Amino acid sequence: MTTHTLSVLVENKPGVLARVAGLFSRRGFNIESLAVGPTENPEVSRMTIVVAVEDLPLEQVTKQLNKLVNVIKIVELDPQVSVQRELLLVKVRADATVRSQVLETVHLFRAKVVDVSPEALTIEATGTADKINALLRMLEPYGLRELVQSGMVAVGRGAKSITATSTR
Amino acid sequence: MTSATSRPSSRAGQEPEAREAKPGTRPKPAPPAGAPVRLTGAQSLVRSLEAVGVEVVFGIPGGTILPAYDPLLDSTKVRHVLVRHEQGAGHAATGYAQATGKVGVCMATSGPGATNLVTPLADANMDSVPVVAITGQQTRALIGTDAFQEADICGITMPITKHNFLVTDPADIPAAIAEAFHLASTGRPGPVLVDIPKDVLQEQTAYVWPPEMQLPGYRPTLRPHGKQVREAARLIMSARRPVLYVGGGVIKAKAAEQLKTLAELTGIPVVTTLMARGAFPDSHAQHLGMPGMHGSVAAVAAMQRSDLLIALGARFDDRVTGRLDSFAPDAHVVHADIDPAEISKNRKADVPIVGDCAEIINELIAAVKAEIEREGEPKYDAWWTQIESWRDTYPAGYDWPTDGSLAPQYVIERIGSLVGPDALYTAGVGQHQMWAAQFIGYEKPGTWINSGGLGTMGFAVPAAMGAKFAYPDKQVWAIDGDGCFQMTNQELATCAIEGAPIKVAIINNGNLGMVRQWQNLFYAERYSSTDLGTHAHRIPDFVLLAESMGCAGLRCDSKDDVDDVIKKAMDINDRPVVIDFIVGKDAQVWPMVAAGTGNDEIMAARGIRPLFEDDEV
Repeated sequence: MTTHTLSVLVENKPGVLARVAGLFSRRGFNIESLAVGPTENPEVSRMTIVVAVEDLPLEQVTKQLNKLVNVIKIVELDPQVSVQRELLLVKVRADATVRSQVLETVHLFRAKVVDVSPEALTIEATGTADKINALLRMLEPYGLRELVQSGMVAVGRGAKSITATSTR
Repeated sequence: MTSATSRPSSRAGQEPEAREAKPGTRPKPAPPAGAPVRLTGAQSLVRSLEAVGVEVVFGIPGGTILPAYDPLLDSTKVRHVLVRHEQGAGHAATGYAQATGKVGVCMATSGPGATNLVTPLADANMDSVPVVAITGQQTRALIGTDAFQEADICGITMPITKHNFLVTDPADIPAAIAEAFHLASTGRPGPVLVDIPKDVLQEQTAYVWPPEMQLPGYRPTLRPHGKQVREAARLIMSARRPVLYVGGGVIKAKAAEQLKTLAELTGIPVVTTLMARGAFPDSHAQHLGMPGMHGSVAAVAAMQRSDLLIALGARFDDRVTGRLDSFAPDAHVVHADIDPAEISKNRKADVPIVGDCAEIINELIAAVKAEIEREGEPKYDAWWTQIESWRDTYPAGYDWPTDGSLAPQYVIERIGSLVGPDALYTAGVGQHQMWAAQFIGYEKPGTWINSGGLGTMGFAVPAAMGAKFAYPDKQVWAIDGDGCFQMTNQELATCAIEGAPIKVAIINNGNLGMVRQWQNLFYAERYSSTDLGTHAHRIPDFVLLAESMGCAGLRCDSKDDVDDVIKKAMDINDRPVVIDFIVGKDAQVWPMVAAGTGNDEIMAARGIRPLFEDDEV
């Protein structure tokens, strides 16, 4: 099993997310992460989907996705030539005794403190899945009160862009 | 017989065609194309259906679809056929579409009306049949409130339609209809559902035709890749044991003529799947019959021993391949299909070709001709010798029941012989379906209409009704089982009243025959819930049931009467005919590849396994 990141341009219409999600579940494909948002074109949304499959099933995933009428284009993003980011918000137990140590970790990972209270710090971090996981490992001993994480978003490196109008 | 576009009233056998003009109404001049016209959403819907060329709609009105039925009453182009159950409407649309290749249309109200379409939509989806379903929906303000007869039919049918639409603006109706028909009929055909809230139908709107279609994500590939075609031709020339594995896609692409040319040019044996019966003449010497679970020994054996499968519009369904890991182990695969997702889905293709089957076969013919000019004709003599030995040793056949009862295979065989290859045949699902696929000779595409992928019991009668509306002057025979018939026979009332004199041959063995066969073979003859009582109690009495619905009811239980009763049925054309053929309950469908086993394990008859190992080419 290897993970693959698919950048999927879809029509910005009601029910498209349900169509994509439904396709994955009924064909038995596993979604590791999913992020949906607007693009430069208001009629088009982009889904960044991370799937863990073998090569042949991956071909099925993209072919089946392509059959959805609302799916305009699918590009697999190679991690070597793309920028991939996740967003993490985490509430860490940090009273006065450990606060400076937690802040040092935040610093090391170039993360940010976005909220503070006498017992806890809320930390915002962005990065690759590896970085986020490493940060969480460091923070875990202090006690993770609450954790929120976004799906991965990704974009190819270089000047070339994936748009609805350029050829598949 | 009335034509699909004429109004009912006139019963079958009377004045054909002749579209009655309503007294007092004069045809209005059509507005110039493209100019907007003010009317209601419902009128816009009916105008759109007329504009895409709909002749007949099968449906039932109800609360939310009511606005659409009002302008439908005035349409001189679209005939509405009032069915008895929405499932019948869906299967009738499928039967119409399978017979003609055109889009079949069904209509239902919201909630239960729409959910009753679920089975026929799933059926059409599995068999790639172009069907458009139009459903009413609760008014926009009530959507999501669990209102009366509200069902999220778009959500429900998402996995079983090619696409669906919820129309929320009456101005979008023409585009939604145009897109629905385009999606249903192009690429790999399939069902499309258009859900329209009641207030969208009632609102005033502008009607513009032709509308602009916006389907940026829909671009089916029709032209095959030249390099792939040449590679396929090269493989054909070097193969020693090739087989043309023909699926329903050849019929959908109207490529039967091209297939015949390719087959005769190369001399390659042909097998036609359950969905492709009729794509290649059964009488043709190169035809080995149907492959798969109940296929002919020659067809199954030829595929198993093949070194090259040329799959045309087929999808390597589990009923054809048996266990995939032992299916055609030595074969290279050329896989041509319009749906790229079918290629290498089940069996890895060595040469994938995406495109329309008619174009692919045309180009294959040209490429093979070029190869033949260079290298001479391919020689498959040893292969044919091998195939002929299978054919001679294991011909299609059946044994007469020892208890003196009528053999169901004989009945079906006689219907095929007496009625002939110009008629249309539909079937339900089960033993009678397999026998109808095995023992009727199909010569033309579109003459065999059945439920292959979903295996929908009850398909035969409504599908025959739909086919009859498509071809009023052809004989349409529904080969049905007593189990299937009891699921959808109420459409005989529709047939009788709306003028669709179909023939129904009930192969009545008193049981759910195919299930009983499996219980006999795999469940130690423990017959759990398969006896329907149609023999023991004669409940229902199919002859009386038929007559109560305005049909002629006939019965036959002896070999000597079979021909007479079939001829009698053929002579009755002013109403539908139902023949109750009382047949033995122990007849079984052979050959058979048991579920979960490999095709090498095919049994020609109970306990008889052809030993392929002995006769390698």
